[in-house]
Amino acid sequence: MPSTTQALPAPGSRGPDIAFKWVAVLAAAMIVVLIVLVGWQLYYGSRLSLAKYGVGFLWSSEWDPVADKYGALPFIFGTLVSSLIALLIAVPLGVATALFLTELAPIRVRQPIIMAIEMLAAVPSVIFGLWGIFVLIPWLRDHLFIWLKRYLGFLPLFQGPIYGVSMLAAGIIIAIMILPIITSISREILRSVPNLQREAAYALGATRWEVLKIAVLSYARRGLFGAAILGLGRAMGETMAVTMVIGNRPQISASLFAPGYTLASVVANEFTEATTELYLSSLFEIGLVLLAVAILVNVAAQVLLKSMTGSGPIKVN
Amino acid sequence: MSTLPEAATGHTVSESLKVSSTPASGANPSLPAESEEVAFDIRNFSMWYGQRQALMDVTIRIPARKVTAIIGPSGCGKSTFLRALNRMHELTPGTRLEGSLRHYGADLYGPGVEAVAIRRRVGMVFQKSNPFPTMSIAENVLVGLRLNGVRDKKVLQARLEESLHMAALWEEVKDVLHRPGTSLSGGQQQRLCIARSLAVQPQTLLMDEPCSALDPLATAKIEELIQTLRERYTVVIVTHNMQQAARCSDRTAFFYMGRLIEFDNTRNIFTSPGNPQTEAYVSGRFG
Amino acid sequence: MTESPYLPTPRFARWRKMKSSAATAILVVCALAVIAPLFLVIYFLLSSGFSSLDWNFFTQLPKPTGEVGGGMANAIAGTIILLAMATVVGVPFGIFGGIYLAEYGSDRANNWIRFAADVLNGVPSIVWGMVVYLMLVVPFKTFSAYAGGVALGLMMVPLVMRTTEEVLILVPQSYREAALALGVARWKMIVVIVVRTALKGIATGVIVALARIAGETAPLLFTALGNTFWSTNLKQPISALPLQIFAYAISPYDDWHRQAWAGALVLVALILALNITVRVLSRDRNKTD
Repeated sequence: MPSTTQALPAPGSRGPDIAFKWVAVLAAAMIVVLIVLVGWQLYYGSRLSLAKYGVGFLWSSEWDPVADKYGALPFIFGTLVSSLIALLIAVPLGVATALFLTELAPIRVRQPIIMAIEMLAAVPSVIFGLWGIFVLIPWLRDHLFIWLKRYLGFLPLFQGPIYGVSMLAAGIIIAIMILPIITSISREILRSVPNLQREAAYALGATRWEVLKIAVLSYARRGLFGAAILGLGRAMGETMAVTMVIGNRPQISASLFAPGYTLASVVANEFTEATTELYLSSLFEIGLVLLAVAILVNVAAQVLLKSMTGSGPIKVN
Repeated sequence: MSTLPEAATGHTVSESLKVSSTPASGANPSLPAESEEVAFDIRNFSMWYGQRQALMDVTIRIPARKVTAIIGPSGCGKSTFLRALNRMHELTPGTRLEGSLRHYGADLYGPGVEAVAIRRRVGMVFQKSNPFPTMSIAENVLVGLRLNGVRDKKVLQARLEESLHMAALWEEVKDVLHRPGTSLSGGQQQRLCIARSLAVQPQTLLMDEPCSALDPLATAKIEELIQTLRERYTVVIVTHNMQQAARCSDRTAFFYMGRLIEFDNTRNIFTSPGNPQTEAYVSGRFG
Repeated sequence: MTESPYLPTPRFARWRKMKSSAATAILVVCALAVIAPLFLVIYFLLSSGFSSLDWNFFTQLPKPTGEVGGGMANAIAGTIILLAMATVVGVPFGIFGGIYLAEYGSDRANNWIRFAADVLNGVPSIVWGMVVYLMLVVPFKTFSAYAGGVALGLMMVPLVMRTTEEVLILVPQSYREAALALGVARWKMIVVIVVRTALKGIATGVIVALARIAGETAPLLFTALGNTFWSTNLKQPISALPLQIFAYAISPYDDWHRQAWAGALVLVALILALNITVRVLSRDRNKTD
């Protein structure tokens, strides 16, 4: 046998080698197939309502199953508002905590806090919802909302009847659920800031906060923004906890105390009760809108994050 | 005149390098001359990283408004020493020190003394240039001033021009001050960092191997710059390049294994060093 | 000696220092605020649910609407069955996909596939439910455990694929070369040498994915649907812990609320057990940070 620089394949292994490789290729290709499948199925399921309403579906606010008339605006509004509230709460808290963990905390304090945050991430949505119904809502209804109404009631945000189940409740609970991912990604971003930057600021006689401001936070701006967008993507897809605390009423209101409805929660609630084809189809179309928005936001976040840390950070599970 | 204590740290000094005739700290006691002003008066200064002792009983008086070079092989403690001069070592946990360190008469480690205040008067330029990427050239130069509350636009503009002139960078950037600090070449970035440090008008400028990441042309420019800083600022520069020390400095200190071995006029150190260890190092026999 | 110029007398310097201390304090408070919900949830889970965890709870079936008592035996069994099915669906795809990325894929192809996996991760879980509904519920005209298992399994694929790839890449190239140089077929080399070496890591990745989907409710809402009776027939609707918790929580009955808390506690315990298994398995791997 002539000597070769490459190992010869074992005799009789050509067949199995090719088969094995193709199994692997197919499995990997499945991923792309799955995306197409998901998009296609949603499109197929919503063809009736797409045909009937067209684009106007997106800004029609009439959701009336009895009259068999459907429009997505209340849900788009609900998803946007609840996600925004969640971001307003979770991003400052998450970034602050990430700063604390990377810049201030001694190792012994860091580990338990990181573990606690990981545990928070592991709690399923439905359990947050359960806690939301029986613990958060009563407290909001009997304490926080009353306080808000009394002191900030001049704002239309805090007017109107208080039920407990509300847009604000949904925002708060979503915030709790997206905190772990915002914190952990922010931590990675902050850790990638080179130490040399911090030293430059210290050497100029900056105080600790000034160093954080000019050397760390500015440097990490883009990445932190990406982390926020990622949180937004998560927020928009939350279903169970939101359904359990938002009140499930398709209305658009200026008050945060008012019940609302999101794209994900209307599907969760009404899917099995959809009596007509159009009803079901409209729900599919809502799912399509949700999918499109969620994917867009996630992609935007990934792009931002990759541009900050080069080879793309962070597992985003 | 006592023998250098030998096994203090548990390692043996080889016979050919045993010292016999200079004081324990190795500094030439006649320097600086009584008529000279002293920038740093350091006595019996020692520093530990955890259990490891990095500096041993250093006593030295660094003259004001002159350039002092610190040379020695890798790991001899020269960077550690430099960073102690503006308390930058405090950024690393687990450091401990003993001894006294005075800057123009004031105790840097005294009770209630804040590192933030010290670093305004003792500036630092690093081995790798580190301008802030989210700030323009102008903003980089002025960041130190702004942090200290200077708001007057006229003052800021004046200092901006002055610092960039002193850093020999004005001509090259005067039309592009709004560009990001990182858009400059490596040598220019380092001069920008020097300008940034000078803008707050420190008394002393510490430089930690400022040219080691630069090409010869950029290095030459910075060495020229150092010459112009003398007489106005006290400059302490750590360098592993002996020719650079010989070219740029008035005084040179040779460190080895955490000790100050010899401190003298640069000329003496390089032509007729008093200590055999110094001689071995500067003639390239080790390091 | 004149008075030290480094003592902080200027008012502005003090103001800067105060700002810095205040900022530090705020950061500490934020960190505490972030972990507080965890303790609140755990506290209520334990206080409201623990007392309901008796033998009945684990062995009995739900009682008819409104009646007091009964348990969640079928839900617990259902969750285990669904997780097993999800594993059957998701793990082979995930592992082979990871093998492709680590052993066969070109850089370009890999970038696209990884991008696709990230996109798939961002698909809301309820959308998965809708898709599988169309694929497996409508054609067979019945909700089923199959549908639920498939929905959960598909969600696992991108997760398992990524973790498998990461672990396989860590296997030193020299192992592969040594095997090939012995004349071993490539597929055998991959299975016997590479995968075997990385087995622990792969198993860890699978368990992490399981812990993620064990608590998912939305994909099951219109696939497995839920079942108040005992059923192990995979072609029929099946109960699951998250589904049961949800149904009980939104019901008007106090007794069902009590059971919801108990069920939640069991679910959290299950997820915790999975996570602890992961930690134990990866103990000899280097810890970052």
